[in-house]
Amino acid sequence: MAITRDQVLHVARLARLDLSEAEVEQLTGELGAILDAVSKVSELDLADVPPTSHPLDLVNSWAEDEPHDSLPLEDVLRNAPASERDMFRVPPTA
Amino acid sequence: MTAGVDTLRLTAEDALGLVERGEVSAEELHGAYLDAIGERDPELHAFLRTVDEPEGSSIPIALKDVISTRGVETTAGSKILSGYVPVFDATVAARCKAAGLTLLGKTNTDEFAMGSSTENSAFGPSRNPWDPSRVPGGSGGGTAAAVSGGLAPWGLGSDTGGSIKQPSALCGNVGLRPTYGTVSRYGVVAFASSLDQIGPVAKTVRDVALLYRIVSGRDPCDSTTVELPAPVELPTAERLDGLRIGVPRQAVALEAIEPGVRSAFEAVLALAEELGAHVDECDLPLSFEYGLPCYYLIAPAEASSNLARYDGVRYGPRSEGETYRDAVERTRDDGFGAEPKRRIMLGTYALSAGYYDAYYGQAQKVRTLIVREHATAFESFDVLATPTSPTVAFPIGDKAADPLAMYACDLLTIPSCLAGLPGLSVPCGLSGGLPVGLQLVGPQFAENALFRAGHALERALGLDLVPERLRT
Repeated sequence: MAITRDQVLHVARLARLDLSEAEVEQLTGELGAILDAVSKVSELDLADVPPTSHPLDLVNSWAEDEPHDSLPLEDVLRNAPASERDMFRVPPTA
Repeated sequence: MTAGVDTLRLTAEDALGLVERGEVSAEELHGAYLDAIGERDPELHAFLRTVDEPEGSSIPIALKDVISTRGVETTAGSKILSGYVPVFDATVAARCKAAGLTLLGKTNTDEFAMGSSTENSAFGPSRNPWDPSRVPGGSGGGTAAAVSGGLAPWGLGSDTGGSIKQPSALCGNVGLRPTYGTVSRYGVVAFASSLDQIGPVAKTVRDVALLYRIVSGRDPCDSTTVELPAPVELPTAERLDGLRIGVPRQAVALEAIEPGVRSAFEAVLALAEELGAHVDECDLPLSFEYGLPCYYLIAPAEASSNLARYDGVRYGPRSEGETYRDAVERTRDDGFGAEPKRRIMLGTYALSAGYYDAYYGQAQKVRTLIVREHATAFESFDVLATPTSPTVAFPIGDKAADPLAMYACDLLTIPSCLAGLPGLSVPCGLSGGLPVGLQLVGPQFAENALFRAGHALERALGLDLVPERLRT
């Protein structure tokens, strides 16, 4: 199954990856080959089969509604590339 | 040899005995392993970093670098987490500490545990102690190389489609991928959340059972965990009387299985029969035909979602950009290596509008059939047996340029992972001087049965699992 260069660029944008030209070219070929292989799943007629999203038969998992301490703010911000007061600092969003 | 300890041969159980009887202190033992690391790790590159000052009263442990360790850098083998120092311990790391285990260091892994050779680590590959020109398997090749190279008595890995079992097989260790939900993933770098499991790697089945006992059980911080239905037993049985072993016809028919792996596998089945087991063929037609494509839709889809968090805002290096979006896109392109990018792209595509039903939705339905097939097989059998890996350890570079060839390494381990079942890899022989692993798969929560079977076979085989070139 072929995947086009435009599709690769679209998906890269969805995935927030600023791919280089060489990466776009390489991924166009590789993703096509991988999609060919995994498309095998479409051979099966599974209209009546329910999906499995999780292998354990668990429905809802409740915790007691008890307050507890969170990490200190100083720890939360410790690994941030940039922070200011008690916030993460980022470039302008627009 | 520090303190008269031969780290190549000492089991974790024996090491625990030495410490408990006061014959060796925790500090001395930690030092003995650091000495071994100093001697052999420049070649093997099993560790990304070591901890020189032991904290704890018991024996050391190596943790795969996807497991958060408070105050000790944790990178998941990726540049995008370089310099990241967790401010809390993963639950499994905390449980090891509570048991007195000393953290020896963090072991190498394919980036974000994506790979079967450790060649995808941003910090360079690990090497197989049996033959350093070959891979130790992956993604947990660092832990596996550390255990078989005598650099750690035991360690923890993570397994999404084979990352504990396959490297254990390629390095001659015992490795357990536990039943989904029995070991907490809190604080573990997530790859594919409906598949990821944490599990032990060690020299013997009893050591694996001991470590599983320490780390398993419900964790309020991971709502997918459950209590074990029965306590973990240390296996003692030397017979397999009455055990029904099923051998999936479609798995052993695969041409990808090397002749040397096949003959070691057939020999261990014959041995199992001598020990009293009933061995018969069973059928899992869809699992081995559709398991690999099903996995390579589900795992990348979940990975694309999990890896969305690496944006250079809260942790990790940040690449500069005029706007927030530019900075995020550049950070991610600079920080991720080729394999995570490939999987993020594949997963994003499989989840995108117009393709979701045909790819991800269809794969989830195939997964249902794989679950059902295994359930049917367990109506007639107690455990299923296949080789763990179709090949022995392959030369570094052999598959690095061909993603599909690398993905096929997990052909035999993936189906049971999709079904959430426990799998134990036990060394069952050598082929061309390299270890071959036997994979035993059981129903959910059947770890004790796997331990009993694995232990009896291990005892009867009596293999010397110190890499030949390191024997003295």
